[in-house]
Amino acid sequence: MVERSLTRCLAAGLVPLVPFLWLCVLFLVPFLIVLKISLSDPAVAQPPYTPVFDWSDIAGFFSQLDFENFGLLVEDDLYFRAVLSSVRIAAVSTLLLLLVGFPIAYGMARAPERHRSLLVALVILPFWTSFLIRIYAWIAILKPEGLLTQALMGIGLISEPLDILNTETAVYVGIVYAYLPFMVLPLYATLEKMDDTLLEAALDLGSTPWRSFWTITVPLAMPGIVAGSLLCFIPAVGEFVIPDLLGGSETLMIGRQLWSEFFSNRDWPLASAVAILLLLLLVVPIVIYRDVEARRVEARP
Amino acid sequence: MNRRLSLFNVTSLVLGFAFLYLPILLLVIYSFNASRLVTVWGGFSTQWYGALFRNQALMEAAWVTLRIALLSATIATVLGTLAALALTRYGRFPGRTLFTGMVYAPMVMPEVITGLSLLLFFVAIDLDRGFWTITLAHTTLTMCFVTVVVQSRLMTFDRSLEEAAMDLGAPPLRTFFTVTLPLIAPSIVAGFLLAFTLSMDDLVIASFNAGPGATTLPIKIYSQVRLGLSPEVNAASAILIGIVTLGVIAATLISKRSALRSSKEAH
Repeated sequence: MVERSLTRCLAAGLVPLVPFLWLCVLFLVPFLIVLKISLSDPAVAQPPYTPVFDWSDIAGFFSQLDFENFGLLVEDDLYFRAVLSSVRIAAVSTLLLLLVGFPIAYGMARAPERHRSLLVALVILPFWTSFLIRIYAWIAILKPEGLLTQALMGIGLISEPLDILNTETAVYVGIVYAYLPFMVLPLYATLEKMDDTLLEAALDLGSTPWRSFWTITVPLAMPGIVAGSLLCFIPAVGEFVIPDLLGGSETLMIGRQLWSEFFSNRDWPLASAVAILLLLLLVVPIVIYRDVEARRVEARP
Repeated sequence: MNRRLSLFNVTSLVLGFAFLYLPILLLVIYSFNASRLVTVWGGFSTQWYGALFRNQALMEAAWVTLRIALLSATIATVLGTLAALALTRYGRFPGRTLFTGMVYAPMVMPEVITGLSLLLFFVAIDLDRGFWTITLAHTTLTMCFVTVVVQSRLMTFDRSLEEAAMDLGAPPLRTFFTVTLPLIAPSIVAGFLLAFTLSMDDLVIASFNAGPGATTLPIKIYSQVRLGLSPEVNAASAILIGIVTLGVIAATLISKRSALRSSKEAH
């Protein structure tokens, strides 16, 4: 009997242990390796860096640590500008996503109940189709002789071809398009639960619709606004595909910088240092997001 | 409750959905374009579909992608379900905070960091880059999504059913397989589909971890797109979009029917 409960205990312990170990080995350890390599020297070799780590030699490890790569990041203002412009592009995109997403989520929440699950499915459906393909679709639309120019010239709104592709505007269009479901769904989840009688009461008491929107709807939707904004802002800062395909060579973003340090310049230590920089940038938003999300999941009935 | 759609609501819904669907629709329409110039309409033709199927490299990449997606989604579903059970049923075990952190972080972490860190890890342990490294990388990323999907189902789960089974003498493992698993099965299927799609779709992490032996479809498409628009890519995209649309419609119909059946049984 004792033996049986012992095996049961062991079997039960495996449930958390297996995924835990998997994540430790394939998420935590790789991460520490990035940190380590960001502190080592580049070398023209395969792999292209000199390891600073000799498992047996801890004292030697600390003496060999080398912050040269981070020094380079500080000296060369390219990285500083890339960080600034990533944060700016992500922040503007998040704001645009709120402006575009809120009316959609609000419309969905006010739609008759029998249509709502269909509307939610319609918002999710594009998310199931390839991200790369959805960005690719915009190249044909935005390019100088593209479909947008053809359409606008067709109805006589413009006479000169629009040149949007390879500009920052195209990056905003791409981010808003690709991330829209991430903004709409959390907003919809909070707006749907909103009690309409509050708005009616405010109207009865003489409030204008605009004022009730700002004093009732927005505060009640705040959890959704925060979750949606973080869910869009965090990946947008490190975005690579959208600026690379739509932004042209002018658009400077840190995720793209990491990619080119790695693939074009083959400077793995510097790429690792850029990764650490990007992560430091995102630590605070990621921690906030995790708390918001954990609270949201646990608050459910 | 009296909820009415105002003109503003309708307009924003129509414009919103037009914005979401028009680009995809245009892409599909122009995949039937006879002209090589992707944005100039030159008449209806299916020639690019023929060219696509004759493109050996692209077909091979599609096959590799499919195998990686099936394998990684299967492992991720098992690991993610275990993780969800651990997070909902094991209370406060040591390392829980770290565990939760490791589940949520990969979902929001920029893909370039995840891709780079896994690659450096595989180089450190001297594992050749290719099929297996991409599979391991995708499993790690997608199991977190499975965890969240299954976890949210377990949160709303009626524990009294399990307790009833145990009171009637069913051992825990049997209770799990006969009561718990069937009840959370829809969320497990949803998690699997999500993991499968994410793996099929991933460019960044696969690029870091791909080797000479294995190239995936997104990597191939990306390198072709960088050289300019290609009607073959349009055709490949249209096929992928078609598969996804059919899959989603099928999944909706199946879940509708099972919901109908269970509501009939309840009456």
